[in-house]
Amino acid sequence: MIRAEHIFKNFDDQVVLNDVSCSFEQGKANLIIGRSGAGKTVLLKILIGLIKPSSGQVFYDNIDFYSLNKKQTRELRMQIGMLFQGSALFDSMNVEDNIRFPLDMFSNMTRKEKDKRVDYCLDRVNLTGNNKKYPSELSGGMQKRVGIARAIVLKPNYLFCDEPNSGLDPKTSLVIDELIYAITKEENIITVINTHDMNSVMEIGDNIILIHEGQLAWTGTKDEVLSSDNKILQGFIFASPFLQRLKAKMNA
Amino acid sequence: MFSAVYHFGRYIQWLGQAFHKPERYSMYWKETLRQMNSIGIGSVVIVGIISIFIGAVTAVQFAYQMGDSLIPRYYVGYIVRDMTIIELAPTFSCMLLAGKVGSNLAAELGGMRQKEHIDAMEIMGVNTASYLLQPKVIAALIVIPMLVCIGAFISIIGGYLAVVPTNWFSHAEYIRGLRSFFVPYNVWMMFVKAFVFAFILTTVPCYQGYFVKGGSIELGDASTRAVVYSNILILLSDYIIAMLMTS
Repeated sequence: MIRAEHIFKNFDDQVVLNDVSCSFEQGKANLIIGRSGAGKTVLLKILIGLIKPSSGQVFYDNIDFYSLNKKQTRELRMQIGMLFQGSALFDSMNVEDNIRFPLDMFSNMTRKEKDKRVDYCLDRVNLTGNNKKYPSELSGGMQKRVGIARAIVLKPNYLFCDEPNSGLDPKTSLVIDELIYAITKEENIITVINTHDMNSVMEIGDNIILIHEGQLAWTGTKDEVLSSDNKILQGFIFASPFLQRLKAKMNA
Repeated sequence: MFSAVYHFGRYIQWLGQAFHKPERYSMYWKETLRQMNSIGIGSVVIVGIISIFIGAVTAVQFAYQMGDSLIPRYYVGYIVRDMTIIELAPTFSCMLLAGKVGSNLAAELGGMRQKEHIDAMEIMGVNTASYLLQPKVIAALIVIPMLVCIGAFISIIGGYLAVVPTNWFSHAEYIRGLRSFFVPYNVWMMFVKAFVFAFILTTVPCYQGYFVKGGSIELGDASTRAVVYSNILILLSDYIIAMLMTS
């Protein structure tokens, strides 16, 4: 389990996170949702140590992340896989080399074993046969899938995804969501997804954390979303006029 | 002033992080070879071109200043050789490389920072300061002294081509000058300068690129700063080395 306790973060005078405490559970898709600028990306970056909190603690299975020294931090990070918003694939490497990079850097596998693992990961994200393509030759959805393949190649215990659906059409978004969800269940890992995609919330939200103006506004599951009377949550979920009309019809 | 002290402190701290034991020697070696090719092979032609003109201009200027004075004519070869070895080859070549290689390194690392490549490596557990800087510095420390050495040879040939075929000096005069008063210590000084300048022209641009924040305008600014600061530091260290090694 990952726990964040009393996280405060400010940039100069601007308070971005104000006493946020939450937990992320094993074998579940944990979603951090909220409006743009609510502080969810900052929270995600604090969880993985890319931004230091002004105060507060983050625990990975009771290990205080911010009390670790640099070597211990790197060792813990080897158990983390991360899918970035822009995929962050290395432009000068082809798909295969991108996925193999963590293996080359950290594993003691033979070349044959690495090839097998890369092929497995590519197959897992339905990109078999695209080994030699460069990131510039791939669509946005394919880049995300390569990003997922690279994130899972070292068999991580924790998978973080920053806006995995941004810039994708609804159908491709669904494919990415299903893929992340299936990997979470198969590998029994802790997956933390930062999103404001409502389809994701309703489809894969095992544990949902709503951040509003830097504060924790609501936690629950996808099944509790519609029945909740939390005004901030309802305002967020039914933000569009279309959904408001739909809700009115359903209530009628 | 505060900003300069802050950046100097952060630069030193970052160098400390960068010179750690590599996670995987084979990966660092692969990257070092790639950088040696990029910095070394990619710069041979440009260093050759400027070197030939450095030598030619030095010879022509010396011939002009000599006029009808009583200075022995064969001194032209001696002056071109020592000017080139002691000062012009290392300093000019490295200032040129600070522009070519330095801006390239700053843009490469700055682009990686903006596209979250550096964050991605950090999350994997890579010591990014080390992986992104160490191979570049090692590659530069190997190939830049070689480039400077090649540049010095070409400069001397450039001086010859400027004044011998044009009949300002004879072949014998030029060669006699080249073979006179040779002090091997000067070659040692050239290599010391080349090593120090190579270190500056890789670490300063990498620092600028590594810590870039913002968008394309900031990346352009970082690239400019990389070249300007590298050149200033090269000239400053040139003066310090000259003071220390000639006093």
